[in-house]
Amino acid sequence: MAISRARRNRMAELGAHIILLTFAMIALFPVLLILINSVKTKKAIFRQPLEFPTSETLDLVGYATVLQQGNFPLYFWNSLFVTGASLCLILLFGAMAAYALSEYKFRGNRLIGLYMALGIMIPIRLGTVGILRLMVATDLVNTHWALILVYTAQGLPLAIFILSEFMSTVSSDLKSAGRIDGLSEYSIFYRLVLPLIRPAMATVAVFSMIPIWNDLWFPLILAPAEHTKTLTLGAQVFVGQYSNNWNAILAAMALAVIPVLILYTLFSRQLIRGLTSGAVK
Amino acid sequence: MVIERKKKPFRWHVLVFLGPAIIVYTMIMILPLAETLRFSFFLRDTSTQVVSFAGLENYIKLFFDPYWAKPFLNSLWNNCYFFLIHMLVQNPIGILIAALLSMVHLPGRKLYRTAIFMPTLLSFVVVGFIWKLMLSPLWGVSKGLMKSVGVGSWYLPFLGKEETALTTLSLISVWQFIGIPMMLIYAALLSVPDEVIEAAECDGVTGISQFFRIKLVLILPTIGIISILTFVGNFNAFDLIYTTQGPLAGPNFSTDLLGTILYRTFYGQQLQPGDPNMGAAIATVMFFIILTGVAIYLFFIQRKLTRYEM
Repeated sequence: MAISRARRNRMAELGAHIILLTFAMIALFPVLLILINSVKTKKAIFRQPLEFPTSETLDLVGYATVLQQGNFPLYFWNSLFVTGASLCLILLFGAMAAYALSEYKFRGNRLIGLYMALGIMIPIRLGTVGILRLMVATDLVNTHWALILVYTAQGLPLAIFILSEFMSTVSSDLKSAGRIDGLSEYSIFYRLVLPLIRPAMATVAVFSMIPIWNDLWFPLILAPAEHTKTLTLGAQVFVGQYSNNWNAILAAMALAVIPVLILYTLFSRQLIRGLTSGAVK
Repeated sequence: MVIERKKKPFRWHVLVFLGPAIIVYTMIMILPLAETLRFSFFLRDTSTQVVSFAGLENYIKLFFDPYWAKPFLNSLWNNCYFFLIHMLVQNPIGILIAALLSMVHLPGRKLYRTAIFMPTLLSFVVVGFIWKLMLSPLWGVSKGLMKSVGVGSWYLPFLGKEETALTTLSLISVWQFIGIPMMLIYAALLSVPDEVIEAAECDGVTGISQFFRIKLVLILPTIGIISILTFVGNFNAFDLIYTTQGPLAGPNFSTDLLGTILYRTFYGQQLQPGDPNMGAAIATVMFFIILTGVAIYLFFIQRKLTRYEM
């Protein structure tokens, strides 16, 4: 009896492994396929798409084309700048507002909380018509600031929501002690509270970063000019122009994937911990 | 009558802390959204360029004038189908993977988790193009793969045929986002207390029946959250269609979603100039669809679901 049960458990475990392995393969295969083929000759891409490159079929012509023809270093810098600046603003403004909402009792506190929470569910994209008019009126079209402002507004609601949950766990004794020592409210926030919620800030940063880095809609509408194109938009345009040059397309795809893969391997623990610790509820 | 009240000094720091967030959020999100709603009640005369109040005319056109209503209702229907596929495929498979991952003592689960979550981080442009290349008849990858499992004759240019394009795109989107339900459900399953499971085991409820009768009931609130997240994401989808099928959402508009029709209407397409007012009307309809979905969730589903303190 005991033996058969153990065996049944082992069978179940094996079954679980097979199913999970299948899904993991399905998830990874397309990306691997692109990475492998981006370094092969055109002939090999079509003849043996599933094989790893050998010394004969190795060919970096795609990358050469991408680096010569496209403005990829610039696009990359644009994406980096827009994402970085938006993240800084989201974290700074978000933490400040979350602190105010969780620390001070004042009239309208709950109302402001609800008002900010609206933006968690309503996609900012629906206001595009109004946003474009605003950006035209303020002459911000085709600047980085148009994107940074939009992404900050988009990221703030969730950031405030998550951060105020964490802020309320910071011990009030600590803050009282700070007040008795004569610290101003600003230095209590900056010197006592912020360091304590650093893990939550990292979670928010990772969550906010992904949609900003990957967005296509706003770069397309607000900043399509060559000098402000983000990597996502740049890759999209490049791939459209070079639709017959498979080496170049595959290389462009690979170049767009690689930074994400690097970031993911660096931050996956943070991200997964954030997701599984119930930060998003 | 003047009431003397002992007033506390005004706490400027509260304002300083709250100010920037409220200003940015209001200026860039709330006001443009309101502006978009307002804009949808106006009309621009195509010859004189004079903008005038038009009441509900844009909406009447959108729903009843065949020129607008046909593509609009088509995209609305497609969007519902897109959502349905996600609910039927993405979320059940997400639950399955999470359930398998949460099996006790399963070695290597971190690796599986990391691998299955990875596509969620990729941009739509990358996802769309990877799949477009893989499914392309020019590159024999998918045909070759299908042949190797013995179903080579089923191969079609899936993205190029009206009958299969939307389903294929929905499944690509499922491929990309399966990690989110997986993670959230996995977290919920981990938080099911051991006592509950032990009690169930004492009563002889184990294995699959334990999963369906105990754990699934306990994680229903999480499934509710996932459903509403899927709903909002799907009714706002645009990028994947735009990258793989272009702004015309081909073949023959069979993959047109609300997001793509909004883009085309707002920005114009080949021969037709853009119409911001009509675009605003479509955005407003999308706004109310999403609002209705969220309201249904908050007032009916979330209240009905008992939250078990875990």
